[in-house]
Amino acid sequence: MVLTDSDLQAIWLTVKLASIVTAILLVVGTPIAWWLARTRSRWKGPVGAVVALPLVLPPSVLGFYLLLAMGPDGPVGHLTRALGVGPLPFTFWGLVLASVFYSMPFMVQPLQNAFEAIGDRPLEVAATLRASPLDAFFTVALPLARPGYLTASILTFAHTVGEFGVVLMIGGNLPGITRVASVQIYDHVEALEYAQAHRLAAVMLIFSFLVLLAVYAWRPNPKKG
Amino acid sequence: MKLIQSLLAICSLLLALSVHAGKITVAAAADLKFAMDEIVTAFKEANPGEEVDVVYGSSGKFHTQIQQGAPYDLYFSADIGFPHELAKQGFAASEVRPYAFGRIVLWSASLDATRMTLASLTDPKITRIAIANPKHAPYGQRAEEALRASGLWDQVEPKLVYGENIAHTAQFVQTGNARVGIIALSLALNPELANKGGYWLIPDTLHQPLEQGYIITRRAENSALARRFADYMASQSARTVMTKYGFVLPDETAGK
Repeated sequence: MVLTDSDLQAIWLTVKLASIVTAILLVVGTPIAWWLARTRSRWKGPVGAVVALPLVLPPSVLGFYLLLAMGPDGPVGHLTRALGVGPLPFTFWGLVLASVFYSMPFMVQPLQNAFEAIGDRPLEVAATLRASPLDAFFTVALPLARPGYLTASILTFAHTVGEFGVVLMIGGNLPGITRVASVQIYDHVEALEYAQAHRLAAVMLIFSFLVLLAVYAWRPNPKKG
Repeated sequence: MKLIQSLLAICSLLLALSVHAGKITVAAAADLKFAMDEIVTAFKEANPGEEVDVVYGSSGKFHTQIQQGAPYDLYFSADIGFPHELAKQGFAASEVRPYAFGRIVLWSASLDATRMTLASLTDPKITRIAIANPKHAPYGQRAEEALRASGLWDQVEPKLVYGENIAHTAQFVQTGNARVGIIALSLALNPELANKGGYWLIPDTLHQPLEQGYIITRRAENSALARRFADYMASQSARTVMTKYGFVLPDETAGK
């Protein structure tokens, strides 16, 4: 199986994008998931719904709004100009920001489920042993939520790899910067290069299967629990 | 008397059903967006009851989809090469008919492009230039040819961003994310875009002609409506619309 240099470049870019997005969402998603799991605030519903929006919205809607928001006249565009960085569309970091929104539910929801499953009891016990809330989080909640973190990270990574519509809308198809594997396959098909499309598509197919296999194989069996 | 009236009503209803039971789907290149919308509206007015759906997208994608049995009755490509290929493979129910030549323009939503030339693209203030993807979009290929013929490609290439098709490219410019773009004249003449900025017509000596052609597909072999729509494209009113949107018609090229 021979992949061209530009195919390899697209794969490498995809892996880089997915890794960075997963890392950012681990940091950003944890407090959101923790809050959603434990709060009794009336904002729980609205915040949960906003986080879940990318599950429902077509990527074209999200991509369209992001393109407008990040553009020179959009709120994000104004902000990036004020901060002295250039406009975000057609840049790698623009893709990262878009993907963080797009993949947010795949990180937050498994984590939220994991935190909810822990319940109040272990944390109350930790508190009676004079653990500070932060201490209790890192020494009690985090280890207990480890399977949730694994699932969330794998799903986030895989979902970012599979991103297409948003990337197409804001990426501008730049080799090595925004031309990820899914866009590269699309280009191959459009240019009637079916053999090359097949090869890269096969790589994606095998990768996706292995990822899902890993998720299902490592997911702890509740019956044993 | 009443009986005759109602019989007549039923008869005319049946007649209407038998004559106007047609429905066709047209796959059209994205540069036709505004022109084809007008042509279809006029065609429907002249042929009440007929249904004509249009799907816009990239010519290359439609080509692949028709090979795979997509339910399109007519296929208007921005590059006549695609329908020729389909005809060779037996996917066409008509000869390949050229319908227009496309032109490319420099267009900006925020700058006065009428005062620009291709050389203006090297201006450091212009950081992003949108063109359609030359790998598969005919308008992108012509844009690349024009930039290469002007000797500007190497300077301009690092600033380029690529739209999936020509409408997507125009959208990059319209939202201000790219200051300038090379788009189809037919899109730049649309009122929504024409109100902003302005355009500069790129001389057609700088690129290969953008000859566009269409076919009736094999699945519409027996569709009278598909043939009627194809014939309508040669009518004076359709030609007027095409000319309005800057397309050069096949038998007018000598004059241009």
